[in-house]
This record gives sequence, structure tokens and C-alpha cells, in this order.
Amino acid sequence: MPANGEVPAIRVEEVDKIFGNDADRVVALNRVSVAIEENEFFTLLGPSGCGKTTLLRLIAGFEQPTAGRILLQDDDITRLAPYDRPVNTVFQNYALFPHMTVEQNIAFALEMLEKPAAEIDQTVTDMLRLVRMEQLRDRRVDQISGGQQQRVALARALAPHPRVLLLDEPLSALDYKLRKDMQIELKRLQHETGITFIFVTHDQEEALTMSDRVAVMNDGNILQVGPPHEIYDHPSERFVADFIGDTNFLPADIIERGGDAVSCRLESGEVLAVPAGVDLPDHDRVTLAIRPEQVTLCETAGDATLQGTLQDAVYIGTDTHYRIRLADDSLFTARVQNARGRAQLFESGDRLGIRLDPEHVQLLKD
Amino acid sequence: MASVSPYSNAPVLDLEALARRREVKTNVLLTVPALTVLVAAASGPLLIMLIFSFLTPGDYGGVKWELSFDAWFQVVLHRDIFDDTISLADAHLSILWRSVKLSFLTTLVAFILGFPTAYFIATRPPETRNIWLFLVTIPFWTNLLIRTFAILEIIRNQGVINSALLGMGLIDAPLDMLYTDIAILLGMTYVYIPLMILPIYASMERLDFRLVEAGYDLYASRWKVLKRIILPLVKPGVIAGSILVFIPSLGAYVTPRVLGGGKNLMLGNLIELQFGQGRNWPLGAALSLTLLVIVMFALIFYVRSAQRETH
Ligand SMILES: Nc1ncnc2c1ncn2[C@@H]1O[C@H](COP(=O)(O)OP(=O)(O)OP(=O)(O)O)[C@@H](O)[C@H]1O
Ligand SMILES: [Mg+2]
Repeated sequence: MPANGEVPAIRVEEVDKIFGNDADRVVALNRVSVAIEENEFFTLLGPSGCGKTTLLRLIAGFEQPTAGRILLQDDDITRLAPYDRPVNTVFQNYALFPHMTVEQNIAFALEMLEKPAAEIDQTVTDMLRLVRMEQLRDRRVDQISGGQQQRVALARALAPHPRVLLLDEPLSALDYKLRKDMQIELKRLQHETGITFIFVTHDQEEALTMSDRVAVMNDGNILQVGPPHEIYDHPSERFVADFIGDTNFLPADIIERGGDAVSCRLESGEVLAVPAGVDLPDHDRVTLAIRPEQVTLCETAGDATLQGTLQDAVYIGTDTHYRIRLADDSLFTARVQNARGRAQLFESGDRLGIRLDPEHVQLLKD
Repeated sequence: MASVSPYSNAPVLDLEALARRREVKTNVLLTVPALTVLVAAASGPLLIMLIFSFLTPGDYGGVKWELSFDAWFQVVLHRDIFDDTISLADAHLSILWRSVKLSFLTTLVAFILGFPTAYFIATRPPETRNIWLFLVTIPFWTNLLIRTFAILEIIRNQGVINSALLGMGLIDAPLDMLYTDIAILLGMTYVYIPLMILPIYASMERLDFRLVEAGYDLYASRWKVLKRIILPLVKPGVIAGSILVFIPSLGAYVTPRVLGGGKNLMLGNLIELQFGQGRNWPLGAALSLTLLVIVMFALIFYVRSAQRETH
């Protein structure tokens, strides 16, 4: 877990990265600042092309930022070559050296650092044990499976015991089952080695289950940084709420700004006292985000916040997803846990009410 | 063909067998052109050479059909015409040695210059790579003799280099470059270097440059990345390039003739001499076969040692 009060392992300060010039200019990173704590499992999450790999490559030293600085603890490493940084990378395609054996791959960095032979041998043995690959030491890397290559890539990057390990979508090439296993394995490795991990993924579930903190990125910007539950429960922007998990969005107007709570009027006329988010926008037109599992369905009348007609219900084992058409013709999703032996609560075409708990309604900045 | 009863299996099987036999026949037919070329263009001439090398030279060239081992004897040994003492044929041995040495050096220089060139081309953006490749192949458009005379024009005593150096006052007398081994080396390197660049480029283009990044990431310096990652991975191209340069260098004729003058013969010139002025066809044939044997041994040795390193 992040240790507070210490100097962060990596600090990215106001970094811009622009590729190309003039006509085909691409702003890959736009004023990105983030601090990654010592011994943290930190995840960069975002859709394809948002700049995750670019940020990782800047930290690794394969690219130079157009502006800004990168610090490793107190040292400015912005201009250092990759081989001068105590930072190692696990590449997305593994990039194992095809002309070397498993052992030679893992020993490579140690040989480059001119460690004594006995120490290299010992470290390789330790690393192979760490990733549970002892039997395949002398195998050529093109003669082992994808999952095994993944482990060798990890062992190779961990062998020189870097201060920070960068992992660029290391699990994306693996099948579902293996990916689940490797997620647990990665957590264990991070725990056992005590090395700071910066992990890139575009799989939100992976990000939420593995990370100490997550940074959600879009279009070259970091939108929100926080622990998984905070990102999930209190997304600061519509993009974050939409990207992570399923979310219902309801337009609303702020009618009163209190201290802890804000009164919002929904389209339906209903007024909700919503907990104030981090920073409130100046304008009154806002969006409320509601997770599908945090609402209750009820018969039409009574104390329902919203009313609608059930469009369809999809049974998916543990839950049933109800899609309800609201008065303004938008669809609202509710997820209700199935109790044993109980049939579906409603039938398509039923009029029903949706009860919102103000505690679980998140006010979004935009 | 037997009539096929729709109710019986046997004729159907027969048909299949027939089709198979026909297929075999067409396969044999298809190999005829290749076999013709192999026999007529490769084995045939070789066989003639082999036979000629065991015959007696004719008085005005050609051969007399009398068995003789003189030609093979003369390849490396020399019998004094006055006292019949036998000694090593120094002239032949020095030519042999020069051929092997110059071909080896040509291969080496072509590699030293060709490797960075291939690397340079392979690291250009894909759109511009073809332009560079095109430039590399341009010399092939001109006749070898003309290109060799161009080199001569550059290095002769009143040539471009000497005039420039004299003009700048860097030297007082022209440098004697023409008709030396260096001149031959220069000429052959120039002529054969594309044959080194192209195969290395082909391997380099297939090289995954992410491996190079991985090398840097794992604390390898530029030199170490070159030695431990790039070179081993493009080795097939280096092997191919070296073979393509070494073999024609060993048998080179035009370049040593023009740039080496009459003095610095190579094997190709010696062979030509025997079939021409020397009027000793059997010796020419024996020398040609010697060249073939050297090439074969060099190839076997080279490929073996290259393979040993990879495994
Ligand atoms: N070398 C480059 N030259 C030009 N543009 C680039 C280069 N590298 C990246 N980009 C651009 O920068 C942006 C960010 O790319 P990046 O590779 O960081 O995305 P990503 O978040 O890793 O995406 P993915 O999830 O698909 O890997 C993209 O628009 C990409 O096209
Ligand atoms: Mg990427």
C-alpha cells in the first residue's frame, strides 16, 4: 500500500508529448501531472489511443517529453537514456530475445550490469522460482507457451530489481482463465518484491481488482486519480463514470447549493438532496450518475423518484437487468440481485417506479 | 477406359489409381526443364572440365586425348625444365593466396561498410526505404567493365583523387594506387557491396526493433545491443551476404585484370591465361576445379562455424 509522507517513487510534472509537426501533429499527452507512491500498484486506465503507452515510454526513457519533467524520487530523469534508469519494462508482446534461452533472457540485464557470475546464477534461480518456471530454465523462448513467455518477461524485468516496474497491457494476449491467474500472480509478485508497479490496461475490471490506485485517462489527459472504490463510487466526470462500470445519467438543475448537500431538480420535477462532490461547477445544468445496482424498483405509486415502463428484463444468473423507458424516452438500467427461488419481479410493459437513494447519486462536473 | 458401373466400387478405385499414375507422370514431366538445365548447364560442363584436366595439352590450345596427370601436378608443383628438380609452384601459390586473401578482405570490408548501410536503410521510414534500396542497386545498371574503368579513372596517377590531393597541396607526388592489391580490393568491394547490403537489409527489415528497445531497457549500451541482439538476429543475412560476395570475388576476372594490371593476377586471370596465351587447357581446367574445391570448403567451413554459434 502507498506509504504516505514519503517521497513519491515517480513524479510526472506538467508533461506534454506532441508527435509529428504542423499538419499531422498529435498531442499524445496534455499537461499530465501525477505522483506514484513508493511500493504502489498503480494503474493507468483508458480507452485505446488515450496516451497510456506514451506515458509509460516517457517514464522508461524511450521517448522524451516535449515539455515538463519526470522525477524518480528526488532525481530528475527526464533526459536519461533507458539504460541509465533503474526502471524496467514488461512489454505488451513480451519482446523476449528469440535467440536466447529462458535463462539467458533473465540473466541479460544482470550481465549488462556486470554482476559476478555466481550472483547472476543465484538471481536467475530465485527469479525462476518466483515466477514458478524452474523446469524450463534451458528452453528456448520460442518453445514455451504464451503464459510461460509472460512469466519469463516478468522474471527478466524483475531480475535487476528495478525501483519501478512498468507493465504495458501485459495480460492482453492471454486467454480469460490465464489472465485471471496472472492477475493474482502479479499482485503476489508486487507484494513479495516490494517494487512499485505501474500497470497499463484498458480493461476496467482488471484495473479495479488489481490496483492500489487508478488513473483514468482520456485523450491525453488524466481525468481522475484515486483508489478503485473512489473511482467507482465517486467518478468526477461523465467520462469516468461511463468508462468504469455501467452508469445511468440523468440531467438535472442545481436549485440550491448547501454546505454538504446540493439540491437538484430532475426532469421529472422531483428534487433530490445530493452529497456535494469534490468541486462544484459554476453552471446549474449538471448530470447525475447512478449505478444500476444502487437503485430499488417498486410498484408505480408510493415514494418512487422516477417512473417508467419496463422494456425488457435480462436474467444473467446472479442478477437480473431491467431496462426501463423513462418519460423522456431515455433508457434507465436497474440491476437487481436474484433471490433463490423467486421469480422475476416485473413483466415487460409493466409500469413501475425507481427509487433513488441520494447517498448513491453522484453529481458530475460536466 | 473400362465403363463405370454406378453400382460397383472397383472401377472407381481403378480411376483413382489411374489419376495417381497420371499425376506421377506429370510430376516427372514437370521436372524435365530443371533437370535439363542442371545437366546441361552445370554437371555437363563440370564433367568436361574434369575430363580435360586429365588430358594432355594440344599444341595450339585444345586437348590431346592422352591421359596425363601433369595438369594437377602443375597446380601446386613446378618441375625445373633443366634439371628436373621439383619445387612448389610459387607463382601459382602466390596467386592462390592473393585470391583467397583479397576475397576474404573484400568480404570483410563489404561487411564493415554494408552493415551500417543496411541498418541505416532499415531504420528509415518505410516510404523512403525503397528510394535508398533503389540507389544501392543503381550500379548494377551499368556494365561491370565500365564501372571498373570508372574506378580506374578515379585512382590512377592523373586521376580524380591524386589531382585533388595534389591540387590541395597535401602530397607532392601522386600516390601509386593503381595496379596494387589495394586497387583490386577497392574495385571488388565497390562491385560486390550491394550483394552484402541487400541480404543484410532483408534480415534487418524483419528485425523486431522492440527487441532493441528491450535491450536498452535492460541496461545494454548501444554497442552491447548491437553485439548481443542485432547481430545474432540478422546473422542469416550476414551469412548470405558474405557468401554472395566471397564466391564471385574468388573467381573475379575483370576487376583484377583492369585494376591489377598484368602484375597482380588472381585465380580468374590465371585460368584465363591457361586457356588463352598459355595454351594449357588441362591446367586451366585443373585450376578451375581447384577454385571450385576452395569455394566448397570455404562454404562448408563458414556455414558450419556460423551454425555452431547459433546453437
Ligand atoms: N511515434 C508516434 N508517432 C505519432 N503518433 C504517435 C506515436 N506514438 C503514439 N502516437 C499517437 O499518440 C496517441 C497516444 O498513443 P498511445 O500509444 O500512448 O495510446 P494508448 O493509450 O497506449 O493506446 P492503446 O490502448 O491502443 O495501446 C495516439 O493518438 C497515437 O496515434
Ligand atoms: Mg498502448
